[in-house]
Amino acid sequence: MPAVSMTVNGKAVTGDVEARTLLVQFLREHLRLTGTHVGCDTSQCGACVVHVDGIAAKSCTLLALQCEGAKITTIEGLAEPNGPLHPMQEAFRENHGLQCGYCTPGMIMSALDIVRRHGNELDEHTIREQLDGNICRCTGYHNIVKAIAAGAKNMPKASTRQAAE
Amino acid sequence: MSATGIGAAVRRKEDFRFVTGSGQYTDDVVRPGETRAVFVRSPHAHAKIKSIDVGAARKMPGVVDVLTGAQLATDKIGNLICGWMIHSKDGSPMKMAPHPALAAAKVNCVGDAVAVVIAETYEQGRDAAEKVKVDYDVLTAVVDPAKAQAPGAPQIHADIANNTIYQWHLGDAKATAAAFAAAAHVTKLDIVNNRLVPNAMEPRAALAEYDVGTDNLTLWNTSQNPHVARLVIAAFVGMAPEHKLRVIAPDVGGGFGSKIFIYPEEVVCLWAARKVRRPVKWTCDRSEAFLTDCHGRDHVTHAELALDAQGKILALRAKTIANLGAYMSTFSSSVPTYLYATLLSGQYDIPSIYCEVDAVYTNTAPVDAYRGAGRPEATFVVERLVEVAARQMKIEPADLRKRNFIKTFPHQTPVIMAYDAGDYHASLKKALEIADVKGFAKRKRDAVRHGKLRGLGFSTYIEACGIAPSQAVGSLGAGVGLWESAEVRVNPTGSVEVLTGCHAHGQGHETTFAQLVSERLGIPFENISIVHGDTDKVQFGMGTYGSRSAAVGMSAIVKALDKVEAKAKKVAAHLLEAAEGDIEFKDGKFTVAGTDKQAAWGDVALNAYIAHKFTGQELEPGLKETSFYDPTNFTFPAGCHICEVEVDIDTGKTDIVNWTAVDDFGTIINPMIVEGQVHGGIAQGIGQALLEGAVYDKSGQLVTGSMMDYTMPRAHDLPSFHVGMTETKSPSNPLGVKGCGEAGAIAAPAAVINAITDAIGTEDLAMPATANAVWSALKRATPRQAA
Repeated sequence: MPAVSMTVNGKAVTGDVEARTLLVQFLREHLRLTGTHVGCDTSQCGACVVHVDGIAAKSCTLLALQCEGAKITTIEGLAEPNGPLHPMQEAFRENHGLQCGYCTPGMIMSALDIVRRHGNELDEHTIREQLDGNICRCTGYHNIVKAIAAGAKNMPKASTRQAAE
Repeated sequence: MSATGIGAAVRRKEDFRFVTGSGQYTDDVVRPGETRAVFVRSPHAHAKIKSIDVGAARKMPGVVDVLTGAQLATDKIGNLICGWMIHSKDGSPMKMAPHPALAAAKVNCVGDAVAVVIAETYEQGRDAAEKVKVDYDVLTAVVDPAKAQAPGAPQIHADIANNTIYQWHLGDAKATAAAFAAAAHVTKLDIVNNRLVPNAMEPRAALAEYDVGTDNLTLWNTSQNPHVARLVIAAFVGMAPEHKLRVIAPDVGGGFGSKIFIYPEEVVCLWAARKVRRPVKWTCDRSEAFLTDCHGRDHVTHAELALDAQGKILALRAKTIANLGAYMSTFSSSVPTYLYATLLSGQYDIPSIYCEVDAVYTNTAPVDAYRGAGRPEATFVVERLVEVAARQMKIEPADLRKRNFIKTFPHQTPVIMAYDAGDYHASLKKALEIADVKGFAKRKRDAVRHGKLRGLGFSTYIEACGIAPSQAVGSLGAGVGLWESAEVRVNPTGSVEVLTGCHAHGQGHETTFAQLVSERLGIPFENISIVHGDTDKVQFGMGTYGSRSAAVGMSAIVKALDKVEAKAKKVAAHLLEAAEGDIEFKDGKFTVAGTDKQAAWGDVALNAYIAHKFTGQELEPGLKETSFYDPTNFTFPAGCHICEVEVDIDTGKTDIVNWTAVDDFGTIINPMIVEGQVHGGIAQGIGQALLEGAVYDKSGQLVTGSMMDYTMPRAHDLPSFHVGMTETKSPSNPLGVKGCGEAGAIAAPAAVINAITDAIGTEDLAMPATANAVWSALKRATPRQAA
């Protein structure tokens, strides 16, 4: 089996994987980082969103081997151990932006990517349009939209890359 | 109101683990030596199994075993059952066909499991499953429920003629016919309540482990009711005695009804784990979920409403064909009967109602309860009839409703239910204000200028939750009681664990139940843990569905807390050397009336356990009490939802531009959580009305078999919602709560369709009202208007 190496949440990791192993399987089954979830098998639901070299990606649609040498951030890597929650995590909690919690890690990782691309001041329309790749069955999105707007405001000002859109 | 007591918008205890990715769902649990189960499923909707050859599959790398339905039968593993008996009009019992966990002789829907591969890894299991050779003799499928009973239709189950499960009725046919004969106006509608796929975001999963030394089986599964799962798997399937089977439902990622039921896969995993002597895990992929999760709704109805010349409703009648799919799922029989026809009175004083329901088998996935379960179907019938009658009689829809609202309580409907409390005028009035209905005419005129048609739709719904008391549901055919249990354990340090028979899968019980305890005992919210979802920890309980956890589950906690307080007062009396009758308890302190003597909660808890101040003859040590609570009636949440839409004349695309929900849920424990439940329910109701619909082709293939084909509501499909509350307390439980989990899904579809039909000026519109459907309806109604 081929070996793969990457950096996950700041730690160098290696593993022997079958070539067909998906990134999400590598994270969940090899590294036991089970915060990243699988909600569909057609790249629709976004429960598996992680950051690959700083950009949101659906980890069910990447092979682990494609991520050789990449820097991966998962939901487990957002807050420092024993430190405060990341402002976006805190905003989801504060605004009741989650119910069953299953879509939440992917929602939060996608939300951070929306902030990266559109900045800290997000209107409702932008958030709703940009959440196209994430499905929630519990909340009706009302409080997720509120949470993302609040979390974005509370995050450090990012140099946005809107021009790249 | 304290910061963490009843009525406070306390932030959820659950959320830290969920926002940090440290929740533990079934697929996250890993057991030593775990194997993976992969099912071989029928690609045909209806076929005889001529032979199954597992020889090649067995030789594949990593394969531990391959098991078939024949072996299941040899091992005497019993069938899955439906636990609610319905009798037909002629008194005959419903016709329940055998439902083996693995089909041995015949498959009855696409996705029916015929074999299972147990392998070292998931990939090896998939590879081997492809090598299982099944020879089928394909039969003609029955797909359309309206045609399932037709002469000459293929018969799905032996000895069940016309694919008919039961022909049930409720109400007074004669009185209803007489009222129709005398009516000044009759409104008639043909209604299809579209079939839905629940799609909780966490796919179903099961992990089974067998302990050879103790002969115990453990099942981790995605269940809304682990005790009921254990009971059915033990007593009916016969997998193991109840005391040798432990069921653990850890964090569960949404249910919406679909995780109430006992499914074949969990039975097979338990059976296989004992055979291969290793843990066996199955995690559903989404494609499998579409085929095998129980679907919802799927009614075909003809409904009529009789009114006098002044718009007073005289009678309602409905004839419904309910599709229950290939097999009768756990509670499927109750949904189109006692959860449906009993709600056909809506919020209205209707003298006569008569409803007939035929339940049929088809070669489709089983259909069972999905958020609302019968009550959305009833509300859609009633609220469409009322809205259309108002339009036909040229009476304002809100006015027609007011003329017919029930105004005094208790109110006995002609269809079993006795409504105990409500104020339907109050919720309508508040909703009319929030929705600015007065300003609608101007908004409608403005919309026309930019090529849009505006419409307004009402839904004044009612539901019945906290389905109980047990004696009543037993008389209606339920195979179980629908009480709930609670155990309150006070530790020697004064912290408290509450063990509840309810199960949370998004509802936030760890928070709301702790609010109740914090309020009652005056102790910090942080010192309270809610324990649920493990049959080895928690006494028997009935689980969570039907918006029952507050009305029934929290009431059980109240009763246990009453007992805890009574016992604690006895301990305090010994500690404070006072008469028990003189002990008062408030804000976490015990005092002796008329003195300054007092003892803190923690002192009393400690003294209950060290037992130094009383003898065992005077008082038993310890502080732990249990309650099994059975309510006196259902609860009746009700409210008014108003939907305002804009329809694009050129494309038929509908935008919901304003949504107002005013609900009466009785006492509110946590308004933040209640509003969240309302939002989610509305989203599912809008999903049904605008986007979602399970479609089978003529051969029984599910055309909408993935999230690329079945339209799940996304953030940009929905508006933000305006949510308001009114309050009449339920007299049927000690807290006055009614339940809030299903209201939105019950109210919303009728509000949406009433709004769109108002906008486009034709009633000829079925759900889901996709852009294509609305554009086509516009074109049929006004051929020149739609381009």
